[in-house]
Amino acid sequence: MSSPEQWTHPEPDAAPAATAAKPTAEQVIAGLRATDEGGADLVQLLTPEGERVTHPDFDIDISAEELRGLYRDMVLIRRVDREANALQRKGQLGIWVPLLGQEAAQIGAGRAMRPTDMAFPSYREHGIAWTRGVHPTELLGIFRGTDQGTWDPVEKRFHPYTIVIGNQVLNAAGYAMGQKFDGKVGDDDGEATMVFFGDGATSQGDVHEGFVWAAVYDAPLVFFCQNNQWAISEPTERQSRLPLYQRARGYGFPGIRVDGNDVLATLAVTRWALDECRHGNGPILIEAFTYRMDAHTTSDDPTRYRLSDELELWKLKDPIERVKVYLVRQQWADQEFFAGVEAEADELAENLREFCVNMPDPPAQRIFSNVYAEGNPNLEAQRDEFLDYVSGFAGGEH
Amino acid sequence: MAAPTMDRSTTAAPATPVQTLTISKALNMGLRAAMEANPKVIMMGEDIGKLGGVFRITDGLQKDFGEQRVLDTPLAESGIIGTAVGLAIRGYRPVCEIQFDGFIFPGFDQIVSQVAKLHYRTQGKIKLPMVIRVPFGGGIGAVEHHSESPESYFAHTAGLKVVSCSNPSDAYWMIQQAIDCDDPVLFFEPKRRYYEKGEVDTTAQPGPLFKSRVLRTGTDATLVAYGPMVRTALDAATAAAEDGTSLEVIDLRTLSPLDLAPVFESVRRTGRLVVVSEAPSESSIASEIAAKVQQECFYSLQAPVLRVTGFDTPYPPSKLEEEFLPDLDRVLHAVDRSLAW
Repeated sequence: MSSPEQWTHPEPDAAPAATAAKPTAEQVIAGLRATDEGGADLVQLLTPEGERVTHPDFDIDISAEELRGLYRDMVLIRRVDREANALQRKGQLGIWVPLLGQEAAQIGAGRAMRPTDMAFPSYREHGIAWTRGVHPTELLGIFRGTDQGTWDPVEKRFHPYTIVIGNQVLNAAGYAMGQKFDGKVGDDDGEATMVFFGDGATSQGDVHEGFVWAAVYDAPLVFFCQNNQWAISEPTERQSRLPLYQRARGYGFPGIRVDGNDVLATLAVTRWALDECRHGNGPILIEAFTYRMDAHTTSDDPTRYRLSDELELWKLKDPIERVKVYLVRQQWADQEFFAGVEAEADELAENLREFCVNMPDPPAQRIFSNVYAEGNPNLEAQRDEFLDYVSGFAGGEH
Repeated sequence: MAAPTMDRSTTAAPATPVQTLTISKALNMGLRAAMEANPKVIMMGEDIGKLGGVFRITDGLQKDFGEQRVLDTPLAESGIIGTAVGLAIRGYRPVCEIQFDGFIFPGFDQIVSQVAKLHYRTQGKIKLPMVIRVPFGGGIGAVEHHSESPESYFAHTAGLKVVSCSNPSDAYWMIQQAIDCDDPVLFFEPKRRYYEKGEVDTTAQPGPLFKSRVLRTGTDATLVAYGPMVRTALDAATAAAEDGTSLEVIDLRTLSPLDLAPVFESVRRTGRLVVVSEAPSESSIASEIAAKVQQECFYSLQAPVLRVTGFDTPYPPSKLEEEFLPDLDRVLHAVDRSLAW
């Protein structure tokens, strides 16, 4: 029986898989989590302690200003996330999907994109939304129940949130095929697409089909999988025997595991992957190894399925703290800067709160609007009948 | 991203404007005309390129328009639909072929969750001008999953439009109009009628897509059918006429939105309605028609609305399909019951 390390890192000339014994459950878990502390295959450029480290394949030349910008992004989006979570607790939102702990994965990936690139999110991508210029207030309606996302996906190049797990991966593959058909791939000015999904989604057929389509059409698509270790209550070993990034090999494109709590490494790896795609060398799978620090949603209770010591371990790998330590150590930021970001976060949270509690309920005719691009006379008759019924109540309300 | 409109002025008119064509050839010519009119129109599906499709509906298109406009896709229906969504967002007008009716279900999730809802979710910021072509229905002696009539699932789903052609002229024009439509259209093709012939005038001005059509006028009872059952209904009307019974036949053409005004008008005159469809009857198009007709024509009805349909079973082994499928005799039997009420 091979060791977990051998098993999860098969060499091309290794014995055929069929002759290898089935791994034990312990070996599977060991393989999936082998790089918890930063193994050879985890790309990391900034350790949890805030030390800059090198990697043989990836590096990044980052200015003080850029790093301060990434720090600011992460602090602000975390504050947005905490504020929205609180708004749900106060009854102002029906539900919230926390991103706590995934700030570096999202800000690193999002800031690697160009305005001409296209992003297809799942539903936890508040940090990606931020980097695409979608204001956090535009996310609230989805969770308050007043709309289903109000941003212009064409203008922002940020697709609507997709709630059915994995659907957006195929939509993104098609969009990336279109970029290629349009002749927008092949040089420095090329376009690329990035699609976001989680560890649970990797079990979906649509994700598999997305891998197949993007591969056979050489689509300029970066598959950005945020492995936050938990699909609601199910750990990654319920989705896979193999570390997720290694699945790419089976489809014939590169797969890379990056420390998703390291904004520098995520930025470096994603920038490289997008550049490869825009030059025609896509697709590429990135597994951002991170952790969902909060519940799946505000309706979830993680204490039923995971131990708090796991959470405590991941607290030590906080994505924001390590950047702060590094900024201070480099003397790239002073207390005035940090206080300024905090003040900005306070103001953003205040605005969000104010905006949220004042969001009007949509009018009843919204039920019927934009079901079709070219209308439907039967639906219009149904709408008119309903509005007529509603208007029969005193004051036009019921 | 405004999709380019179809400009037929650049399409060279065929030498003979009126031709006798099969439904299959008419569809092929309609697809070709749509591709010529708009470079954003692309075809996607299994075996539709080199082979020209298992029914040859896309025959010759890849040769003439290239592999980037006629895509032999990997063999997965969710992939076909899901990537077509992305291409449509990018500005293309994809026409997806689902090889057989029973194979649409792997793509059902994408159709219902994304294709049908993205326009609504984004309040019109995303349009999905895509067509999903589905050869449907039985009568060809096929194995399981090759003879189904799944149209009700889609007509039941808000955000989709659903049509079915029954003759070569409609095949030629309706497929082009469906491709021209900014809403996603499920296009059901009567596969057992693919090789039936009829006249097609390629210079005619076609009527609107989402309208039913009276094919034969009559006074004693009304038959409503769509797709492959239109031929059966017309044959029944011919046979009934020999016995002195005058049947009106309406080709529904559009299943969502339903265009029932001609049906109401007809039933108000005849007082009797028989709906004919291959699909099982429970919660079907036929049921919807029955409900709407009793609502709109209550005082005109002289008999209950009757449905002649496939049975509420899975599609049977093909040696039993003659019994399963509505035929001329079952239609006439229902007409007799209606008249005797």
